[in-house]
Amino acid sequence: MLKQPQIFLLMKWGNFFSTTIGKKSMVAASGIFLILFLVVHAGINACIFLNDGGETFNTVASFMSHNWIMRFLELGLFVVLIAHFVQAMIIERKNRAARPVKYHFSQPNKNSKWYSRYMAIFGILILLFLIMHLSQFFIGTKEALYFEGDPYHDLYGEMQEVFSHGWIVALYLVGLIALFWHLLQGFQSAFHTLGLSHKKYAPIIKMMGTWYSVIIILLFALMPLSMYFGWIS
Amino acid sequence: MRKTFLTTEKYYSMSLNAKIPEGNINQKWENYKGHVKLVNTANKRKIEIVVIGTGLAGASAAATLGELGYKVKAFCFQDSPRRAHSIAAQGGINAAKNYQNDGDSVYRLFYDTVKGGDYRSREANVYRLAEVSANIIDQCVAQGVPFAREYGGLLSNRSFGGVQVQRTFYAAGQTGQQLLLGAYSALERQVALGNVTMYSRHEMLDIVVVDGKARGIIARDLVSGKLERHFGHAVLLCSGGYGNVFYLSTNAMGSNVTAAWKAHKKGAYFANPCYTQIHPTCIPLSGDHQSKLTLMSESLRNDGRIWVPKQKDDPRKGIDIPEDERDYYLERRYPAFGNLVPRDVASRAAKERCDAGYGVGTTKMAVYLDFADAIQRYGHIEAGKHGIHNPSSEEVIKMGREVVAEKYGNLFEMYEKITGENPYERPMRIYPAVHYTMGGLWVDYELQTSVPGLYALGEANFSDHGANRLGASALMQGLADGYFVIPYTVGNYLAGEIGTVPIPTSHEAFEKAENEVSARIEKLMSIKGTESVESFHKRLGKILWNKCGMARNEQGLKEAIEEVRALREEFWNNVRIPGDINSFNNELDKAGRVADFMELGELMCLDALDRKESCGAHFREESQTPDGEAKRDDSHFSYVAAWEFKGGNNWELHKEDLVFDEIHLTQRSYK
Amino acid sequence: MEHYNMNLTLKVWRQKNSDTKGHFETFKVGDISSEMSFLEMFDVLNERLVSENKEPVAFDHDCREGICGACSMYIDGEPHGPWAKTTTCQLHMRAFKDGDTIVVEPWRSKAFPVIKDLMVDRSAFDRIIQAGGFVSVNTGNAVDANSLPIVRYKAEEAFNSAACIGCGACVAACKNGSAMLFVGAKVSQLAMLPQGDPERTTRVLNMVAQMDKEGFGNCSNTYACEAECPKGISVANIARLNHEYLRAGLCSEEGDL
Repeated sequence: MLKQPQIFLLMKWGNFFSTTIGKKSMVAASGIFLILFLVVHAGINACIFLNDGGETFNTVASFMSHNWIMRFLELGLFVVLIAHFVQAMIIERKNRAARPVKYHFSQPNKNSKWYSRYMAIFGILILLFLIMHLSQFFIGTKEALYFEGDPYHDLYGEMQEVFSHGWIVALYLVGLIALFWHLLQGFQSAFHTLGLSHKKYAPIIKMMGTWYSVIIILLFALMPLSMYFGWIS
Repeated sequence: MRKTFLTTEKYYSMSLNAKIPEGNINQKWENYKGHVKLVNTANKRKIEIVVIGTGLAGASAAATLGELGYKVKAFCFQDSPRRAHSIAAQGGINAAKNYQNDGDSVYRLFYDTVKGGDYRSREANVYRLAEVSANIIDQCVAQGVPFAREYGGLLSNRSFGGVQVQRTFYAAGQTGQQLLLGAYSALERQVALGNVTMYSRHEMLDIVVVDGKARGIIARDLVSGKLERHFGHAVLLCSGGYGNVFYLSTNAMGSNVTAAWKAHKKGAYFANPCYTQIHPTCIPLSGDHQSKLTLMSESLRNDGRIWVPKQKDDPRKGIDIPEDERDYYLERRYPAFGNLVPRDVASRAAKERCDAGYGVGTTKMAVYLDFADAIQRYGHIEAGKHGIHNPSSEEVIKMGREVVAEKYGNLFEMYEKITGENPYERPMRIYPAVHYTMGGLWVDYELQTSVPGLYALGEANFSDHGANRLGASALMQGLADGYFVIPYTVGNYLAGEIGTVPIPTSHEAFEKAENEVSARIEKLMSIKGTESVESFHKRLGKILWNKCGMARNEQGLKEAIEEVRALREEFWNNVRIPGDINSFNNELDKAGRVADFMELGELMCLDALDRKESCGAHFREESQTPDGEAKRDDSHFSYVAAWEFKGGNNWELHKEDLVFDEIHLTQRSYK
Repeated sequence: MEHYNMNLTLKVWRQKNSDTKGHFETFKVGDISSEMSFLEMFDVLNERLVSENKEPVAFDHDCREGICGACSMYIDGEPHGPWAKTTTCQLHMRAFKDGDTIVVEPWRSKAFPVIKDLMVDRSAFDRIIQAGGFVSVNTGNAVDANSLPIVRYKAEEAFNSAACIGCGACVAACKNGSAMLFVGAKVSQLAMLPQGDPERTTRVLNMVAQMDKEGFGNCSNTYACEAECPKGISVANIARLNHEYLRAGLCSEEGDL
């Protein structure tokens, strides 16, 4: 009888993730997780705007770093973040290899939004920003927790100290701008990659993505700015 | 029996045997299928079939034969089989499904097709075509072809020129594309299964005949320029029509006669070459630079009205000419069918008006196709539907345009893209253009040419459309031949070939054929003249369009033969082909094709000269009624003219008498 | 529409074959009518090159009606040039003005190697279709066409996907050289029709595997493909491809373990 065409070995997870679409779906799923994380992060940090000398903020921060569920989730967060970045970079490398000879004259702005084409660049900028950000706040917190006998940790004070330097505030703004464009494209892109495109819901998702990006980034940007300019004390 | 064109009518051999099965017309195909010889599965694996061309006929044949287990090699000159020109068919495909319950039947489709062809086709073939038409729709739907559907989820139909029922299935204005992609996907599936080997960017340049039977081909890899030899127990030509002989046509730029012509020169008779269909609704020529004409679906004539000004050389714009100064000449001449007369009638009427000096546009070689009435009519209907009793004229126009856009939007867009004019606001300009060739290789009931083992399918053969093809019948014929006819008929031949071991391509016949092909290519390259291939092609086209186009007469045809011969002579002495043989060289590819067109051009004129009657698309000015209508002459010309190549400028005419058992011959009238 | 004539400078990519490096060659062409199509302008150029005994520029083209998908030029930084929803053969010179310089390059993609000048090898698309872009129904096996009603909306959506002409502009436009619009269109068409259902799972997985094997990139949702597609194939097809892939890979139990 006739032989059948090649049948992909469907059930093996390795096979599922070996394709570009499989990898990309991981980037999208991890992206959505990170989007949710940013909501929590921004929500907690917004406590500084209560103008209570950082009391509420420090309490919540302390809860986050002591509660074991949160600490477990934090571990997950790092795994997701690394997966997001690594898989995206693997795809980016393949994407770049797909056009070994570049166009000599190209007008990409005629067919796509500029920021949609720079996700990887924004991603790398965000990673660099994160390294700075974590070394400023995260590492110190952990050191205190594990090596210094867990004293009362005045994260609010640390923030005030860090954001008193104009150049750091400027770097934060750069990082946040990169994050803004990354989110503006990434939010709706993630849903598309997960196969969610519906005539009724796609416009809603797109609108949500825009509002989300604007609000989250404004919130984050207000923090260093308001400390630097002393809008909160 | 060598003779030149002037003496052909005196000599012809006995009527050709078309091997039509016994029995009533509605039992012939059943009888044939019931008694045909079969090849068993194990033997099929040992049999190789070469298929030339991957349009509807070629792709469907290659796929189906692959499914049956034959070893198939398929060739196309395009970069992918999906690009064959079947893809450009817009309107639809006929099938006697009678889904509309409007009185359609196999017999009626058969009758309409024979009548539409002006009684110059073979009854048995046409009946079989009508019989298998319904299966084609089933097959295509099963492949996932997205035909238009009604709200209930069932298939939708529309009507086409020259018939009174709705039997045309369609997929927007892209029916050919969707059907071809269906056949292409079936073909690619067989490629994946290893049953078909696909050779794209390959051109067939000769048939190899061993002991009187077709046994393979010489093909040229168009990228490397290398010649290749391929054996086949049988060879199927599905290489389409030869409309490009006119240079300007609605065919694709690459469409050519070469495969069929090589077969002709190796012994296959060429039938009715003078039957070339001129489609009435094409976008007119804009200038001398133009290389190709664009067709707009016949469906436009359902709503558009065709007219010219009553005043000669009227300088006004179409919209400025008042109603009573317009001549709706089709409605005037053919009140019964009006704008929906068959293609040949509509085309000739347009030519008549333009020749008489009433043409419009800068070239004066165009007539108006006007939707203003349709927009008004639909606008009022829509207003009525929405309960608007006294609609303003703006409202009517707005709503009317919306309806027209829904029906013909893509065609209007195409028109605007090409001409830069908005057809919603001003009437379109149209003019007839060469579109389809009813003539082709002569085949018997089994689609076998006069060379055993060599078959011709689809537009490449002559069989089903007589002297004029009805709209939406070409797709039907291509797929009928490929899916449902050839799998049976080729088996009948191959059953006798199971003992034939594949002939090694080192055989002297292959050697000789390859040497001939190679010598011709070298000859072409060595001319190093001063004129481009394109320029020769243009000149050939002009001769044929003027003298063997929509109207022909004896004097013109005789002149055309002399002119074509002289042009051919000049071509072989003065053509210039840059580049080299062993790399991609489009000028060389074109040169070979144009050289073949030049030989065909002469035969077309010869055939047109021989046929002194007017029938279908063939209009001899000597044979017309007092009011200028075509006059058929059944007592002298009820035959298929099958020409045998006898070397040089010599052909011998074989006649296949057409016998009409079922249909009573009448003079067509659309008045 | 007023006609006008123009003089143009063309910068055209010339490359002898896939093994050699290419370069740009500059041509001046004069008296180009605004009524010409872009390819007719190239015909004029090629006629002149032949008359000068030079090799004409090689480019793919066939139907010149915008449906066969053969033509494939990257014109002034965009596949098929500046007009939306238009193939190169339907692009007309009205799009340009006197004195313009037009840069013309071939599609650039690892999976579409240049054959000569502006011609590329797009057989990768055929191989993707071979991997699963079909319904396995042998001739003669079909049931009556009306035995299976199909929701009209779905039939229309399937048609919209099936309208793809396989020209490769999506790949050429995409910064990643991704073929997901092409693959998505075929997968969507067959996924939306009941006829495609039996092979729904294997089809998408095999086609995606082949797509990767050919060296195409992945979609990063810039939607340049949709903007440049001459048939306006929607990026919703890419979402459907993703959906089909996830469905097949995560939900289906079909296949070998």
